[in-house]
Amino acid sequence: MAAIFQGVGAAAALSSSPSNSFDSKKFVFSPCRSFSVRKGASFAVVRSDGRVNLNPKGRRAQQLISNAVATKSDSAAASSSSKPGHELLLFEALQEGLEEEMERDPRVCVMGEDVGHYGGSYKVTKGLAKKFGDLRVLDTPIAENSFTGMGIGAAMTGLRPVVEGMNMGFLLLAFNQISNNCGMLHYTSGGQFTIPIVIRGPGGVGRQLGAEHSQRLESYFQSIPGIQMVACSTPYNAKGLMKAAIRSENPVIFFEHVLLYNLKERIPDEDYICNLEEAEMVRPGEHVTILTYSRMRYHVMQAAKTLVNKGYDPEVIDIRSLKPFDLYTIGNSVKKTHRVLIVEECMRTGGIGASLIAAITENFNDYLDASIMCLSSQDVPTPYAGTLEEVTVVQPAQIVTAVEQLCQ
Amino acid sequence: MALSRLASSSSSSRSADLLKPLCSAISLRRPISTDTTPITVETSVPFTSHQCDTPSRSVQTNAKELLTFFRDMALMRRMEIAADSLYKAKLIRGFCHLYDGQEAVAVGMEASITKKDCIIAAYRDHCTFVARGGTLLEVFAELMGRQAGCSRGKGGSMHFYKKDSNFYGGHGIVGAQVPLGCGLAFAQKYSKDEAVTFALYGDGAANQGQLFEALNISALWDLPAILVCENNHYGMGTAEWRAAKSPAYYKRGDYAPGLKVDGMDALAVKQACTFAKEHALKNGPIILEMDTYRYHGHSMSDPGSTYRTRDEITGVRQERDPVERIRKLILSHDLATEKELKDIEKEIRKEVDDAIAQAKENPLPESSELFTNVYAKGLGVESFGADRKEVRAVLP
Repeated sequence: MAAIFQGVGAAAALSSSPSNSFDSKKFVFSPCRSFSVRKGASFAVVRSDGRVNLNPKGRRAQQLISNAVATKSDSAAASSSSKPGHELLLFEALQEGLEEEMERDPRVCVMGEDVGHYGGSYKVTKGLAKKFGDLRVLDTPIAENSFTGMGIGAAMTGLRPVVEGMNMGFLLLAFNQISNNCGMLHYTSGGQFTIPIVIRGPGGVGRQLGAEHSQRLESYFQSIPGIQMVACSTPYNAKGLMKAAIRSENPVIFFEHVLLYNLKERIPDEDYICNLEEAEMVRPGEHVTILTYSRMRYHVMQAAKTLVNKGYDPEVIDIRSLKPFDLYTIGNSVKKTHRVLIVEECMRTGGIGASLIAAITENFNDYLDASIMCLSSQDVPTPYAGTLEEVTVVQPAQIVTAVEQLCQ
Repeated sequence: MALSRLASSSSSSRSADLLKPLCSAISLRRPISTDTTPITVETSVPFTSHQCDTPSRSVQTNAKELLTFFRDMALMRRMEIAADSLYKAKLIRGFCHLYDGQEAVAVGMEASITKKDCIIAAYRDHCTFVARGGTLLEVFAELMGRQAGCSRGKGGSMHFYKKDSNFYGGHGIVGAQVPLGCGLAFAQKYSKDEAVTFALYGDGAANQGQLFEALNISALWDLPAILVCENNHYGMGTAEWRAAKSPAYYKRGDYAPGLKVDGMDALAVKQACTFAKEHALKNGPIILEMDTYRYHGHSMSDPGSTYRTRDEITGVRQERDPVERIRKLILSHDLATEKELKDIEKEIRKEVDDAIAQAKENPLPESSELFTNVYAKGLGVESFGADRKEVRAVLP
């Protein structure tokens, strides 16, 4: 059983009346959200099956409560709405997560291009070099293959490096190290070495950044055995997932998105962690399950507003964990709605959506009333021109049309 | 000869004289193999250096060390030859890269360092693993894919690891272990271990870009990394002059100092590694080029004679063989007799045969082993076989 920390779930299980504390915890941040980049309605994140985490998964959470280091103070704070938390942007949430972990564990170090003195190209590592020094926040030359390899070598001895790719696309240069050494060393050494490394960076289609700087590497990495992949989408889960990834004994590839760094949200003050393997229920519904992750979550939520006006009730799940898929949450949703739409930013061929279709079809085929629809980016290099770029990526209007088609 | 040595070193007394013939009958190795009176030997050729001083040609050693060298190298030689037969008997499959001819590098390096220092190597790792403390059973079991192997049968010839003695493998992709090695050195500096890392690579890997990237970073951050090029002059089938514009591998570090060493002389290797360790702890990375030679082809599927002449191979074997050099040293310094050395070799042969027999008895891994160690501590996720329906297992 993995060391699973549930920031929200564990808090719920800890306190005496789960539903109350659960909801109040939600109220802690939902009304105050404002998105500077993407318009999204704030929804309470309550489990769609009504019961709050007291399912087998909850049992798992209860099993681990004695180990739930992160949630020690949650029981008191969660049940009261006195501490509203603090508001920050997504990159600041990542920075907070990194800083807290570096304080907590002296073995955590950060390596990457311009992460130190420059403060990070997206300011995720701002201020860390001054605070922790040059040996813990390391500026590397432009040599992804070797510094990723060095991070893995250091991880073999027990250090916990966080390797930053300035853009995920640059990590293609380190593919050999990530695939062969990072993913496989635990296996080929018969369990002698663990590689507790976190490889993170922004990816995805930005604003006219060009083909080479708009890559979605999750589809290339998904076959590598031995690694975990997570994609963050809100400041809350960015910080929670970052902390969980650093504490995990497995190598984690942490996907951020270039356009989400300035999202603002109110997050709790206390220490919390998000479960690396769990999906997030963004909006419970009845008619159709929409699975998405990263930036597409916001396109989906925008489409959801239109859909609600048209009388549909979509259930939106942010899958967060790209490897392994949270088939438990997804399955429960499919069993309820019987229709699935996947909205992703990967390309159609060989993307995360393609794998997800295969996984859902194999496991839940009997529950499906219609074929799974998958909206992905076009199989083209991302063009520079703005209008073309818009067409490459899935837009809310297409999501609305797809749901209408699916629900006929 | 040994008897006379005993006579001269021990104080002569009637009782001692009476006991001498008895001692010789039982085992003469004991007093000699623990003898640590220093002996000074000159290395075969002087060291050449780039951007640093050369260490002295005179190496301090002693009888115990020389006999250990002989024993270890003979063991490695025997082990590799046995692996050759096992491969031809189809008990070892896939890739098998043999190290015979290069034993002096593994043994000399080990003699100059402690178990706190890290070694990382490429796929020609059987002997380096043994030098770091691996047992013959672990070697043969892993080669044959059995449970008792060092990686539980899941790694194979190219993936030997021994964490408790800081041996980090065992890597199949050429050159990829050098950045890993620099990462190990980084961790040592980070944790203030006062130890060094030896990152071994071959003359073929010396042309990999990631090597220069890693060297650059190591030099910038002053890491205690020692890059050791085991130059056996052939990158699989390509001779070094056809692959490298500048085959002076010890000079290719440019700003990093380098040392060229006769890799067939275990004492020269030991001297160079001691020098390198001292240098790396103070001044950052250094490159060592070990001029060595492999008798076998690149791997078992390479006959080794299409790109070099048999005369060349036999020539090196006659003139520079590392085991023979130590044997001659031992004999010329009267540290043991021919017969004793032959007895050691017989013992080694038996040891190897016993280990092989034991490894053959060892069971193959269970099917459930397929899914262990994919993730640390597992996730409770399901893993599927190729048909995605059968072989469904929950990863532990």
